[in-house]
Amino acid sequence: MPAKLIENGDAQFNTVDVDPVSLDIIENALRNARVEMDATLFRTALSPGIREQGDAFPLIAERHGNMVVGQFGSFIDGFLKAFDGEIEEGDVILLNDPYSCEGAISHVNDQLIIVPVYRAGRIIAWAAMFGHMTDVGGKVPGSLPTDAASIFEEGLRLPPVKLYRKGELQEDILKIAMTQSRMPEWYKADLHAIVASCRVAALRVNEICDRFGDDVFVSAMDELLQRNHRAMKHLIQTAVGQEPVTFEDYICDDGKGAGPFKIKCTMWREGDKVILDFEGTDPQSDSSINFYLNENMFKMFFGIYMIMVFDPQVLFNDGFYDLVDVRIPEGSLLKPRFPAALSCRTHALGRIFDVLGALLGQKTPEFLCAAGFSSSPHLMFSGFDQNNEWFQLFQIGFGGIPGKPFGDGPDGHSLWPGFTNVPNEFLERYFPMIIEKYESAPDSGGAGLNRGGNGIHMTYRFTQAGEISIHDDRWFIPPWGVNGGKPAKRSWKQLERPDGTKIAIGAKVDKVRVEAGDLLHYVTWGGGGWGDPLTRDAELVALEVRRGLVTREGARDYGVVIDSAGGVDTAATQALRQEKKEARGEPGIFDFGPSIDALRTSCEEDTGLPAPVQPVWRGAAS
Amino acid sequence: MTYRLGVDVGGTFTDFLLYNEDTGAFFRNKTPSTPGDPSEAVIAGAKEVCGAAGINASEIDYFMHGTTVATNAVLEGKGAKVGLVVTEGYKQTLQVARSLVPGGLAAWIIWPKPEPMAKLEHTIEVSGRMDAQGKELRPVDERKAREALEALKAQGVEAVTICLMNSYLNGEHERQIGQIAKDVFGDAPVSLSSDILPEMYEYERALTTVANSAVRPIVGRYVKNLKDELRGLGMEGRISLLRSDGGLMSADKAQDAPVNLLMSGPAGGVTGALWVAKHAGFKNILTLDVGGTSTDVALIENAEPRLVRNTDVGHLSVRVSSLDVKTVGAGGGSIAHVPELTKALRVGPESAGADPGPAAYGKGGDKPTVTDANVVLGNLPEALLGGTFKLDREAATKAVQTIADGLGIGLHEAAAGIIDIVNENMFGALRMISVQQGYDPRDFALMGFGGAGSLHSNAVAKLMGSWPVIVPNSPGVLCALGDATTRMRAEAAQSYSLRRSETSNEKIMTTLDELGGLVQAELMSEGVGKDEISIRYAIDMRYYGQGFEITMPVEASGFNERGLERLCDEFDAEHRRMFTFNMETEHEVVNLRAVALGREYNLPTLEIEKGDGNPDAAKLRDHQIWSGGGGHAAVIYDRAKLRAGDKINGAAIITEMDSTTLILPEHVGEVDPFGNILITPQ
Repeated sequence: MPAKLIENGDAQFNTVDVDPVSLDIIENALRNARVEMDATLFRTALSPGIREQGDAFPLIAERHGNMVVGQFGSFIDGFLKAFDGEIEEGDVILLNDPYSCEGAISHVNDQLIIVPVYRAGRIIAWAAMFGHMTDVGGKVPGSLPTDAASIFEEGLRLPPVKLYRKGELQEDILKIAMTQSRMPEWYKADLHAIVASCRVAALRVNEICDRFGDDVFVSAMDELLQRNHRAMKHLIQTAVGQEPVTFEDYICDDGKGAGPFKIKCTMWREGDKVILDFEGTDPQSDSSINFYLNENMFKMFFGIYMIMVFDPQVLFNDGFYDLVDVRIPEGSLLKPRFPAALSCRTHALGRIFDVLGALLGQKTPEFLCAAGFSSSPHLMFSGFDQNNEWFQLFQIGFGGIPGKPFGDGPDGHSLWPGFTNVPNEFLERYFPMIIEKYESAPDSGGAGLNRGGNGIHMTYRFTQAGEISIHDDRWFIPPWGVNGGKPAKRSWKQLERPDGTKIAIGAKVDKVRVEAGDLLHYVTWGGGGWGDPLTRDAELVALEVRRGLVTREGARDYGVVIDSAGGVDTAATQALRQEKKEARGEPGIFDFGPSIDALRTSCEEDTGLPAPVQPVWRGAAS
Repeated sequence: MTYRLGVDVGGTFTDFLLYNEDTGAFFRNKTPSTPGDPSEAVIAGAKEVCGAAGINASEIDYFMHGTTVATNAVLEGKGAKVGLVVTEGYKQTLQVARSLVPGGLAAWIIWPKPEPMAKLEHTIEVSGRMDAQGKELRPVDERKAREALEALKAQGVEAVTICLMNSYLNGEHERQIGQIAKDVFGDAPVSLSSDILPEMYEYERALTTVANSAVRPIVGRYVKNLKDELRGLGMEGRISLLRSDGGLMSADKAQDAPVNLLMSGPAGGVTGALWVAKHAGFKNILTLDVGGTSTDVALIENAEPRLVRNTDVGHLSVRVSSLDVKTVGAGGGSIAHVPELTKALRVGPESAGADPGPAAYGKGGDKPTVTDANVVLGNLPEALLGGTFKLDREAATKAVQTIADGLGIGLHEAAAGIIDIVNENMFGALRMISVQQGYDPRDFALMGFGGAGSLHSNAVAKLMGSWPVIVPNSPGVLCALGDATTRMRAEAAQSYSLRRSETSNEKIMTTLDELGGLVQAELMSEGVGKDEISIRYAIDMRYYGQGFEITMPVEASGFNERGLERLCDEFDAEHRRMFTFNMETEHEVVNLRAVALGREYNLPTLEIEKGDGNPDAAKLRDHQIWSGGGGHAAVIYDRAKLRAGDKINGAAIITEMDSTTLILPEHVGEVDPFGNILITPQ
């Protein structure tokens, strides 16, 4: 049964003509309101994950729930269909169970707040935001257990409940939720911050209505959606062909020794409509790497990638949704059946951006980007400090941005909007650790005319014993290059004991004991290269060698020989480039590096870790 | 007689304001700027204004100067070649930055990453390490450091920055290496991060110190030239430069810490507005400084402009106090366009600049700009600059017609649309500094200045509900007025980062006293008498673990007693005002601050002749403007002939040498005793 909306006001909203100037003003006002939501959140949240790194996503939707400003597309519509209660003025909805909202949020760490915006007794808009809580209970600190077999091991699960009922905070619910968390104060502060942000949005919507009138506001929201629809229709016609294109990429492993897991997507156009079909994607995993992908969210990702190249001033919104058909097989990695574990979905979430980029670019390779930093590597470190107080760090790492048509990929940067790294002086001040090294790893970005960004080499020295968890990927299958660009280097992690013993650490591990004095090297992967590296300016390659971003040996991937003074050896470079060109032949669009079989064979030698074994599917998963 | 000369160097004009401290008389001057060497225009114009006042340069006691020399060096990438010294393992601090890609999802596809200010090949690592308590973990290897510095010198580095991990707690290693750097580099300036910004966060501290180093040589040369030439004119008075925070500092100090000058230009407008507001009897002001390519806005509450802890210039965001001035790319030259894909009306941020400028300037520009829309609507009469600068109405109409055609609407509707959108952009900037900070704009008056501020301020005030609109005399030279009327300032801060339970009233008091002594000594060394100095203290507070601090003013005297308790109560109240809630989490004392201020000048100001309320004597002629969907009869007045008490009913246009004021229909402008026009709804 769908949600029952209690609206005491009985006046109808009338559709009126909105002059183009008012429309643009309302569009800008909404955009400003969204920026204000972020500002409010960052200033009042407590956890480093939100306040320093910005792991939260706001939106404002029109009265039927279609997102008009925001990033990840709307989930209000799905929520309204699934919620079987009443919604009244003053209510604030809280939920975190992905299975209760068709995957609008995709693991239980993300708490979603939904606020109906009432005006004269009627719902005129919605404000919503979700943010990643550092801890929501479950079997491991950070609530992201790699080996979870079901969502019941991942901590707090809230179906849609009323955090505020008619304006009254429901203390009981907050207490129940906080009690599950290892970091209850952070949970509470972050949750309040999200609510405050949504309230700001509601306030601004009301102000816009005061200024322009309710009918103009409602009509303007509709028109903004339609404007986006028209723009996308045009884009789809020109950029998507009727001939199907297909792309496959992989999640390296499941943290239990099996892998890789395939994500496959095929795209084609039928009339005005584009179809994105994930048929051929591997079945769901027995561990927590499943990603419950919401179809609408994927439509939004698709739209944003399309728009970014053409008119970046266009406001992204849900207006074009009926132009896109997303098909995801039931029981697959991207639509797992309840109660599959979901906590470590970050790898698949990231990977679909690489898949999407590859699909869209195949028709116009000059606009294609290489594979990149399509995940967000996590480190969790927890224990008791010298004062015997519990500490718990959740940190998101960054790596190389892919080589792209518009230039090199930056080193050690974030593909996620608004994310920043945590300053190392902050880490050292608040956690028992010294950061001995924080640099990009030379040569880790793929060679190309435009170089892929380097990954980060971060070395932690722990000054107290504790436990770490790691969530990372791209350690087995390298990020691919395009248009002649080479694949990037893979990620690796190593624990170095004070006695010099070195231990390779897997990409997905929990509860690894570390002692005071241990060093952890956490090295993320680079972005793939774009374009023929043999055509990159040799002087630029030499400069990057002097900068320490590329090594002398690495320069040879560009066919560049560096002389003893650090300059280009022109003659040797010419010869090497000629030789490489002849040996290589004409490069294809994609360079994936070695085959999976070859990677398996050399895995132990290359990485110090056993190769993942081919997953075996349970029963008759589709 | 005591004379003060304020000089503001802008992109197009250099403005002068000579002020007789004893009588309150003003002399104004405007000369074209000389971007090659800005001091040329300064000297030439100073001579002219002295001539007009009939005085010798030797009679000027105070020379106060707002300059964009440092700003332009950053924006144009003309800073010095800076060598950066960092802790081992941190070579790429500026390369990796904060990992942030600006913009939304997929913005990385089109984002061009700017090059670091100190190039990676000019960055060296040194051994030695402090921990997060300021204790030494490993000593510096001086021999290796010297070798690395010598290698830097061989690369032609012109200025050195040293920024080591945790030096905000203990700068000993930085000083040690700084000594070696001075040995190796001789005269080249050496900046230590523990001097320039002793605050946590290695990237921000490094960047700020590098920015300081980058502009040091260029500012140093400029200040030295200027000083020599002024002395050559016989000017013996004190030379001061306007800091980003609206205070003055001596020319010598400016040469050491020029990173404080990055917002010197806009700060002049704010201090000028402050001075005008004080005399007109207003304490709460929003400023709207509209130039050719951009608009600066600021908030003044209770006669105090808001300060922020960072200064943003282009890509650069450094941790230096500045007046909270927000800039949007909306000005007279902003270009309107209609994208093919969406058929939306967009204005800016692209600008026609000064060359070719708006179509109406007749210098070859054909893109429709905000100025052209104002011409089409009749808001700008036929000529500017006292009649010397003719506007090409036909060209403006032709340009705006392209927008009308693109949108399928009439010419006047399109022009009004352009103005509405640009006003909306200014409104957006004003909201960021008011509503978003918890202030109600209806409690503020709006002051419009700069070339086009008084043309837009009436309309923007309507959006904001901020009344009255104050249009000061000569809005075009308000910055120079600000330079001439502000006071000396020095500040110091100490990173603290202790929870309330980890410190005490006494401990805080001790540190505040130390900081107070530091800033007092600094001003005294700049020639300010001890009895002229007042010291203010502030403490940055937050809930433990929050990422954002609120700066709370505190009284040092009596802090011993209930200082912390009172501070926490006040912080809770402020937090509630800004964010609507409080937390039970413990309070954290983040930074301690002290500011020393020189004497505040109680300068007299001249009243203008009083009239009988009827402005007819100033009437130039009847006119027609387009407003609110139709034509309106309007009158054009000459500002120089207006008298105190005159009431001008909108629609009206008031012209003067350097700007044009628009009073909308259903509004009235009243001339106050000092000649300011105060506009309110009828």
